[in-house]
Amino acid sequence: MTASLTLGPVLFNWPVDRWRDFYARIADEAPVDTVIVGEIVCFKRAPFFAQAMGEVVERLTAAGKTVWFASPILVGSERERVAMRDLVEADAGLVEANDMGALALLAGRPHAVGPMINVYNEATLAWLAGRGAVAVSLPAELPAAAVAALARAGRELGVAVEVQTWGRAPLAISARCYHARAHGLHKDGCQFVCGNDPDGLAVTTMDGQPFLTVNGTQTMSHGCLCLAEEMAELSAMGIARFRLSPQAMDMVRVAEAFRAVLDGRRGGAEVAAELGGLIGAPLVNGFFHDTAGARQVAAGA
Amino acid sequence: MDNFELICPAGTPAALRAAVDAGADAVYLGFRDETNARNFPGLNFTRQDVADAVAYAHARKVEIFVAINTYPQAGNLDPWRKAVDDAARLKVDAVILADLGLLEYAAKRHPDLRLHLSVQASAANVEAIRLYCDAFGVRRVVLPRVLTVPEIARLNAEIDIETEVFVFGGLCPMAEGRCSLSSYATGLSPNKQGVCSPASHVRYEPRGSALASTLGGFTINVFGEGEPAGYPTLCKGRFVARDTPAYLFEEPTSLNAMDLLPELKAAGVRALKIEGRQRGKAYIGAVVRAYREALDSFAAGRPVPRIDLQAMVEGGTQTTGAYTRAWR
Repeated sequence: MTASLTLGPVLFNWPVDRWRDFYARIADEAPVDTVIVGEIVCFKRAPFFAQAMGEVVERLTAAGKTVWFASPILVGSERERVAMRDLVEADAGLVEANDMGALALLAGRPHAVGPMINVYNEATLAWLAGRGAVAVSLPAELPAAAVAALARAGRELGVAVEVQTWGRAPLAISARCYHARAHGLHKDGCQFVCGNDPDGLAVTTMDGQPFLTVNGTQTMSHGCLCLAEEMAELSAMGIARFRLSPQAMDMVRVAEAFRAVLDGRRGGAEVAAELGGLIGAPLVNGFFHDTAGARQVAAGA
Repeated sequence: MDNFELICPAGTPAALRAAVDAGADAVYLGFRDETNARNFPGLNFTRQDVADAVAYAHARKVEIFVAINTYPQAGNLDPWRKAVDDAARLKVDAVILADLGLLEYAAKRHPDLRLHLSVQASAANVEAIRLYCDAFGVRRVVLPRVLTVPEIARLNAEIDIETEVFVFGGLCPMAEGRCSLSSYATGLSPNKQGVCSPASHVRYEPRGSALASTLGGFTINVFGEGEPAGYPTLCKGRFVARDTPAYLFEEPTSLNAMDLLPELKAAGVRALKIEGRQRGKAYIGAVVRAYREALDSFAAGRPVPRIDLQAMVEGGTQTTGAYTRAWR
């Protein structure tokens, strides 16, 4: 099985020009195999990106990337539901479901299951495979033992199991917008203040410890999840898909670094050290090592 | 008009008897392990406790639901499957499940066992609910606390199964079953271990006249002199964003939707759920009695009485949470 790199959807509210330019550069320069596009955090933001979507998909496809379309994380309102249905019915490419509603609509045809759907065990993985899932991206909080068991089950089921190896971990989703709340605004009149923070809004404790990141209705880790040093272990488990979640940084460099690790040209520790210097947050890998996700566990510990 | 069913929590046999005696229509509880989302030390039920609970409740025409609503651990499905088998053997009235694989197991192995979909499954739209209904024969869905009452009404108009909603108690501001905040801070998670903001990782540190509360080494709140120090539930902590310390996610507050009974009835909701399996029997008794009185008045066409539950709410404040759009 050839190892492949996936670029997950941009989770932040970037200006549409920046978003378009980002994907143009990914198309031209980033050694990633699959690019997943779509606004999955906040339905209100989706119209901004919809106007540029066709162009972005065309550019990525022309560059040889496989493009998948991600469905929203939380679908509650009627308008969100219609948007979810439209996405599935458009049949523009493989859809990655991030909500059980989308999964329901995708039954019986090949689809992917995103990390926001709770796949914690092989029984769930088997059930999903039986309905047409061809790839499953695991929730960030799964420890190594669970990843190994799911990788094994995935091989038997013919489902490609993916693990996030770079980028802030998504930790929660809400009906409430915390970005708006931090600005004293209501979600309905949010003025799109999330657009002020291309890497999310830093949340520290009252003692000034960096802790979390607010991204609209989503809460993410402050620490940047990095499993560069665990790539060999993941490969040995049979994981062949590695997800990089975009941050407001040089993601081409991130993709090149992870590609070099996959190809055996660079060591994970060296890559982690390099990438850690590019982002204003500590690297964390605690989830994988079955401890607090905010922790960084030394290799071999 | 059918009355709402009143679904009440019990973390101990004493709380169970209090809930039954105070007028619950059904009591939900969990086994004493990681198979349920309130896996706290000293709480929950042995198999024998559940057998006794079923006997006590059924003699009084009250139902018992067993929550098996964490996500089975990969490579170790047996504790969850055994919990389902035991719940069926003990003749409980329903099991409350969240995991797809476990739902499939329960539906196949125990076709006569009534399945409810846990709030931890986060099914917030028609398509998701239909999936659980069609695939596993789920008979009731506990709706996540992300929907407004009008959204619940629209949803009920399109689905054929019963809905249950939370009306009182602790309030998750995050979509349930989709939150790893505790896991990030402590390594223990609601989905895996059935714990949120686990007590084992809580510390209180005196700082002069102030008191700081921490979880997994992260400061969750700092209370000034005379300020009541609450439990450091992560999402109810005070944090700093844009240089301002504030209850960024949610204030220490409790849900109380008693004023919304007419709206919830019009929205087609079948059952109302009180949160609080970690609460003592006095609390359970008082809250269940208050809701029983309110529901009976409402069902009889009388005005819903104004019952003061102020002493029972966290931080002394109440909210109708996501049910009203203003909360967002």
